[in-house]
Amino acid sequence: MRPFRYERATDPAGAVALLARSPQAAYLGGGTNLVDLMKLDVARPDLLVDVRGVTSRAIEELPDGGVRIGAGVSNSDLAADPLIRRRYPVVAQAVLAGASTQLRNLATVGGNLLQRTRCVYFQDVSTACNKREPGSGCSAIEGHNRDLAILGTSPDCIATHPSDLAVALAAMDATVQTVGPDGSRAIPLTELHRLPGSEPQHDNVLTHGELITAVDLPPLPFAARSYYRKIRDRASYAFALVSVAAAIDLADGQVRDVRIALGGVAHKPWRATRAEDLLRGGPATEERLRRAAEAELADAQPQSDNAFKIPLARNAIVRTVLDLTGTAR
Amino acid sequence: MSAVAPRAMGQPLSRFEGEDKVRGLATYAFEHPVPHPAYLSAVRSTVATGEIIGIDCSQASAQPGVLAVLTHLNAPRLGIDDGELRILQSGDVAFRGQFVGGVIAESSEIARHAAALVRVDYRERPHDVDLESSRERGQLRVPQQTMALFPMDTDKGDVDSALAAAAVQVDSTYRTPWYNHNPLEPHTTIACWTSAGLTLHVSTQHPQGVQTTVATAFRLEPDQIRVFSPHVGGAFGSKGPRHSDLILAVMAAQLVPDRPVRFALTRHQMFSQTGYRSPTMQRVRLGADADGRLTAVAHESIEQTSRLKEFAEHATRATPTMYATPHLQVRQQLAALDLPTPAIMRAPGECVGMFALESAMDELAVAGGLDPVELRIRNEPDTHPLDGLPFSSRSLPACLREGARRFGWESRDPTPRARRHDGWLVGTGVAAATYPTLRLPGSKVTIRVTPDGRHTVLMAAVDIGTGTRTALTQVAADALRVDLAQVELRLGDTAYPPAAPEGGSAGITSWGATICAGADELRRRLAADHGGTVPAEGLEVTVDMPENPHLKQYAMHAFGAQFAEVRVHDETGEIRVPRQLGVYAVGRVVNPKTAHSQLIGGMTMGLSMALHEASILDPRYGHVVNHDLATYHVSSNADVGTVDAYWVEEDDPYVNPMGTKGLGEIGIVGAAAAIANAVHHATGVRIRELPITLDKLLPHE
Repeated sequence: MRPFRYERATDPAGAVALLARSPQAAYLGGGTNLVDLMKLDVARPDLLVDVRGVTSRAIEELPDGGVRIGAGVSNSDLAADPLIRRRYPVVAQAVLAGASTQLRNLATVGGNLLQRTRCVYFQDVSTACNKREPGSGCSAIEGHNRDLAILGTSPDCIATHPSDLAVALAAMDATVQTVGPDGSRAIPLTELHRLPGSEPQHDNVLTHGELITAVDLPPLPFAARSYYRKIRDRASYAFALVSVAAAIDLADGQVRDVRIALGGVAHKPWRATRAEDLLRGGPATEERLRRAAEAELADAQPQSDNAFKIPLARNAIVRTVLDLTGTAR
Repeated sequence: MSAVAPRAMGQPLSRFEGEDKVRGLATYAFEHPVPHPAYLSAVRSTVATGEIIGIDCSQASAQPGVLAVLTHLNAPRLGIDDGELRILQSGDVAFRGQFVGGVIAESSEIARHAAALVRVDYRERPHDVDLESSRERGQLRVPQQTMALFPMDTDKGDVDSALAAAAVQVDSTYRTPWYNHNPLEPHTTIACWTSAGLTLHVSTQHPQGVQTTVATAFRLEPDQIRVFSPHVGGAFGSKGPRHSDLILAVMAAQLVPDRPVRFALTRHQMFSQTGYRSPTMQRVRLGADADGRLTAVAHESIEQTSRLKEFAEHATRATPTMYATPHLQVRQQLAALDLPTPAIMRAPGECVGMFALESAMDELAVAGGLDPVELRIRNEPDTHPLDGLPFSSRSLPACLREGARRFGWESRDPTPRARRHDGWLVGTGVAAATYPTLRLPGSKVTIRVTPDGRHTVLMAAVDIGTGTRTALTQVAADALRVDLAQVELRLGDTAYPPAAPEGGSAGITSWGATICAGADELRRRLAADHGGTVPAEGLEVTVDMPENPHLKQYAMHAFGAQFAEVRVHDETGEIRVPRQLGVYAVGRVVNPKTAHSQLIGGMTMGLSMALHEASILDPRYGHVVNHDLATYHVSSNADVGTVDAYWVEEDDPYVNPMGTKGLGEIGIVGAAAAIANAVHHATGVRIRELPITLDKLLPHE
């Protein structure tokens, strides 16, 4: 681990100012991913600005009926929150599907969204990786890519975003509140992360020093029946091969609204808008769901070892939504 | 050899040091308090093969707190031939990740940072790490010297003719991946050179082996070296042989005399420095008559070793012991590749070999329309199928029947893919298990008795977390015919008499038999020289492990039967194993509590092997890329269902005075086959390549 300085910020403005002065500085939340990456020499900040006392640790109702989650809320507290569990069960389920109790106790909401890919080559400085070292090449494309992306990939990067929480938030149309050197802004969660393109070193659209202060969930009454289905190589403590966050609003057997987001398939939480559009206005039958899922996955470009993710994602979408509608097998 | 009457043996005692371990009071090697320690961090090669043409330590040396930098240019010349251990003797690189240097510093953080600053330039050579194509390329050879306990190749009768004539035939190829040991405690050493010699605290299965290896390598007398290993946090075989981390630590300590140097491998380094189980490609051919009686068994295995040292996994070694057959052939071949050297790992040979053989037996049962439990019982031999020796004891049919009864096998419908509950396909499977009853040479014991009746038993054996300290004290109490409270057993220190390695499920057999001989000798001396009364100054005897006169008269093996229930999701291929049940015939069980723990631990490791574990080699780079516990999956608590282990009563008077047959490894043997066979029963899909991941079962229509 390289030597680094550590400072504790007292308010968001102070934190932003510290980072603005130091181009190699990084914010420290729970540190559950960043500190690992520092030990591996993947992350090389010269200054850590501890923001754990800076952003809110509260979960509160908004005037419009939505909910604001402070960026400093721990993953454990988020998953245990009665309001979240009642109104957005998919969010609590997604959090509990990830990591371990010990990690969730430390990890923050803001940090969760900004964790880095677990692609084995990104985490190993002795191998080539465009995300870690732009221009060095992608080791995964012709290497171990079973866990990696099938949608939105580029010739430079096939990494996946590892967060479960982000997938659920994408389905809920959450908004990320930030403050940065240029002031504050609100970013739709689905636009926070980006596809790799030719600049896979950028996971998201945040600028240096921009700090996530909160995540807002809009009111979504039908999300009270929502579900997060995570499929992985072991029953616990593994990243998703494919995950589905879903909620459905049925009226007279017709789909009035539906939310589907996928994890484990792309460089960002993958909002399945194409499938959603196809489903609205008709019944939620297995056949329609299957066609919608296949349309969503039509552009999938599998790698040598992950073609199985296409039928897996399709089947997971179909079953998750059918289960929400109460359709028996 | 007289049998020892059980009084303490058979009691389900909790391990004596359990409370200390739970409270964090048990001191593991790295934690031993030492004054003013220095820390070592390794520099590893970033090429698979080549030669170092330049090495620049200036940046590392300039870091505040760096005490010394070790490279092949300043390393001592070693007096040892072992290719795996001969590190830093030249600029040659034999595998990616090999140690090429080290940094000694005031803190582990400084050492690690500075190690990253050592700049090494290589002239790279093309490397060959491809086992899969080694046969086509004519790269295979028959192993020469590994695990010399067993013959490599075996022939009886005419297998090819018998197979051609068989009414029912199976010819299948199975593959098992590279496995890494990953004990919770990594390999650790504290080394300190003083004018008096060398003191080592090492996490090891063999303190004596550490002493001997270091003495040879560094040209010392063994008595100049003292090795402590009071507690070991798991090993699974990786801490049996010595590895280059020990050599690097001792080299480093030589550069900073009188300062203890602490060295712990990182989890990444555990995937290249401490041995591993070789991948295997195994072909099994079985022939049987219409009643399912085997007429031919052929088993071939291809494995890998390094170019530095030969080690063969010997996947076929259990096959000749299992079933009656007139025609038998076993073949073993190795490819030497530019990779780290493999090593023993829990049930080396049997673990992967029995996955293949017991999967093939299930295929034979399906092909012949026979119940797989009955098929195995029908092929039970009267004597050892190869050498014709009687078994000292053999209760495989009893294990199969008792297991079937407890598991509820009787009502099983053999039809594949015929049971479905709530979207999950359900199936059950069975496999046999075996492990040889080994005794490893090289043990001595010293027993002291004082007039108050207290006995001190000393030997440099070691408890790697299995409960050996407790069980061996039970053996000693019965051998000495005293209460447990009158026995103090001291292990883990080479100041005590030498002890065979912890391994081969042979600890209790080798060390226990030695203690029994010591107790006999103590009684003889007391009677002959002291009229049966302990003299005021006490009495001490030291004896060697005795010969076993029955070794050449009987075949000695433990057996078992593994049962498993699996559920496979019919839309996602997800696999769950709600139930594992094993019944074993392992002779006398000294401590039912620690024995049960060993057996269910082995079965859980077998589950992990069946569903999860696989080290992924990237052939372009030449190293395992999933080198951490987030990406190398070991079964988590949530994966483990109900795991039950039982044993049948067995009285074996031939194996040793205790009647024990060893049980540390048999729990993993056959466990993966039982699960794979259950997956076939559930889904109709035969998985011949581990691990059984969901993509192999996912419906692709």
